[in-house]
Amino acid sequence: METREPSRPGGGQGLRITQGTFSYLPDLSDEQILAQIQYGLDRGWAVSIEFTDDPHPRNVYWEMWGMPMFDLRDAMAALREVQRCREALPDHYVRVSLYDPGLTRQTTALQFIVNRPPHEPGFRLEREEGHDRVVRYTLHAYAADRPRGERYRGDGRG
Amino acid sequence: MAAGGERPSGGARSFPPDLADSAGLWEEVVVEAPELLEGGPVEEVLGRLDRELVALHEVKRRLRELAALLLVGRLRRRLGLETASPTLHMCFTGNPGTGKTTVAMRMGELLYELGYVRKGHLVVASREDLVGQYVGHTAPRTREVLRRAMGGVLFIDEAYNIYRLDNERDYGQEAVELLLQTMESERGNLVVILAGYRDRMERFFSDVPGLGSRIAHHVDFPDYSLGELMAIARLMTREHRYRLSEEAEAALREHLRRRMRRPGFANGRSVRNALDRARMRQAVRIYEAVRRGRRLTAGDLFTIAGEDVEGRGLERGGARGGRGR
Repeated sequence: METREPSRPGGGQGLRITQGTFSYLPDLSDEQILAQIQYGLDRGWAVSIEFTDDPHPRNVYWEMWGMPMFDLRDAMAALREVQRCREALPDHYVRVSLYDPGLTRQTTALQFIVNRPPHEPGFRLEREEGHDRVVRYTLHAYAADRPRGERYRGDGRG
Repeated sequence: MAAGGERPSGGARSFPPDLADSAGLWEEVVVEAPELLEGGPVEEVLGRLDRELVALHEVKRRLRELAALLLVGRLRRRLGLETASPTLHMCFTGNPGTGKTTVAMRMGELLYELGYVRKGHLVVASREDLVGQYVGHTAPRTREVLRRAMGGVLFIDEAYNIYRLDNERDYGQEAVELLLQTMESERGNLVVILAGYRDRMERFFSDVPGLGSRIAHHVDFPDYSLGELMAIARLMTREHRYRLSEEAEAALREHLRRRMRRPGFANGRSVRNALDRARMRQAVRIYEAVRRGRRLTAGDLFTIAGEDVEGRGLERGGARGGRGR
């Protein structure tokens, strides 16, 4: 099984997105992803794969890569889909969600990023002068300046 | 490892590329092989196969051979002698009811015990599960089935139905291509067993180039003889905690002897159906007897009498037709 080189936390310039579980750790290797998915499958959770190239922290609804995968027994099947997604969208964020359908929970139980663009330029803080000397602050992702699908493409440094 | 250096240990993973140079050195290395001794889990699966399946000596022998090959392969792998995972895809040919699905199920357990698949479950699929209704429907469907089977055994019943040579616009072609590709790339994660009638399977292999060569093991399931069918019947009645009376056994033998010559006879499945019908007749007989005021004994409840077995009713059953009866 091929394994991916884990990137250094906070490596390079820019800002490393942290969203979901494990995002403060170095990127998971395929072997670790496999083990995490298997953990969920062994508990009867359903796997789905999502992607986006909008890094805004409020962007929680990502695009789905195919249908959610129910009835899986072996995590390798899900990992293969992750790999297919990565190959098709190398400059996107990709995450795995594990949904717990248990009666008392019925929600996403575990969600983690499995792919990120080679270079994440980060955010700038924008100030807006309002009336009465009110100043509003907002985050602006540098990547969001470019149209969808091209946000992280051909970054030069990637 | 330099020759003449320290003695190699059993756990070493550093065999020289040409073993012939240092063959003598390795003769002295003792390898622990607890799996090969009696009482292992593999032995248990094979034993269960022996007990639960009547006859099929050839099939059992093939499975034992395969188990031995894989066990030794595992030992070799532990020493670093073997790296690639072997091709385990199989083809089971034989008439209906000869035990193909049951053996496939045991195959999954066996491969799991041997560590060649991670889960060992069985997913049964046929053309309808793999081939879609319209353009672009087939690949996701096939992929879904393959995903579900990952880590276990995918059993494709009547596999030749997937591919229809006479209709070139049939979507089966796409399913076959995806299947072939996956059989090759996921050799270590998925075992595919194709099953069906022998002659049609052979034609399927000649129609689809590249399929036959990806299948390492061909196992043929012969039809059962009358005596073997009766042994199956005895096994089944014992399993369901019934007893066949002597007349019932004779009637069943006669019934099967006649059924065997008719088209649509499905070996073990026909025996099971005959017994299921006998159980129902027995229940009706008891029900009516009790209502007529007869005393019921515990023995009545587990005995299938001669009159319960379908014999004279065969003509009626035959007229209703239906495969697998």
